[in-house]
Amino acid sequence: MITELLSAVFLLAGCFFMLVAALGVFRMPDLLTRMHATTKSGVLGAGLIMVAAMLFFSESSVTLKALAVMAFTTLTSPIAAHTIGRAGYFIGVPLWHKTVKDELKGRYDEENHVLNSSNQPPKDPKNNVK
Amino acid sequence: MNSILDYALLGGFSILSVALLLSMVRLLKGPSLPDRVVALELIASITVGLIGLYAIRSGKDAYIDVTMVLALTAFLAAIGFARYLEKGGNRDDH
Repeated sequence: MITELLSAVFLLAGCFFMLVAALGVFRMPDLLTRMHATTKSGVLGAGLIMVAAMLFFSESSVTLKALAVMAFTTLTSPIAAHTIGRAGYFIGVPLWHKTVKDELKGRYDEENHVLNSSNQPPKDPKNNVK
Repeated sequence: MNSILDYALLGGFSILSVALLLSMVRLLKGPSLPDRVVALELIASITVGLIGLYAIRSGKDAYIDVTMVLALTAFLAAIGFARYLEKGGNRDDH
């Protein structure tokens, strides 16, 4: 009885975070803010639903599998977000017009994938947003 | 059985359906290919949640295995798309 109640609470919390992630990807203005919304709360939602499944079944095999799912999503989601964000910046996806800081601007050569270090003066000082 | 868990499952299914719909709108609208990849990844994550809920509802723990495989393949798809974009693959979204 009490495990059912706990399971229901975790399940609804997980669904709520999933809805927050979907709202973020629907409403946010550009690629990086959308990724900011989805990666964190998506992982949290899936993890909470897996906790609910663990509590409901309360068997060691299910617990192990659900822990594996949680560990796997926690490990892979940041890597996937990093690679997609990097690829998006490389191919020139436009940033939001209210973006405050873009430190790579003017330092990065899109043709050769070479980054100027911060010790060297950038090629075009106008584009260097401090 | 008509317990609290049943109502919670019903609510959870409806919330996740709304979430799936919202991310599907983003998948169709774009505007760029990385946006669509992000939406696809979120759809895979929501589907993991839906299958988890269905495992609880049906009482069969074999569905947890399905969520494991789905999480794996979604990660591989995201990495593949990112490599494709970064190496200058063809895209017709602009």
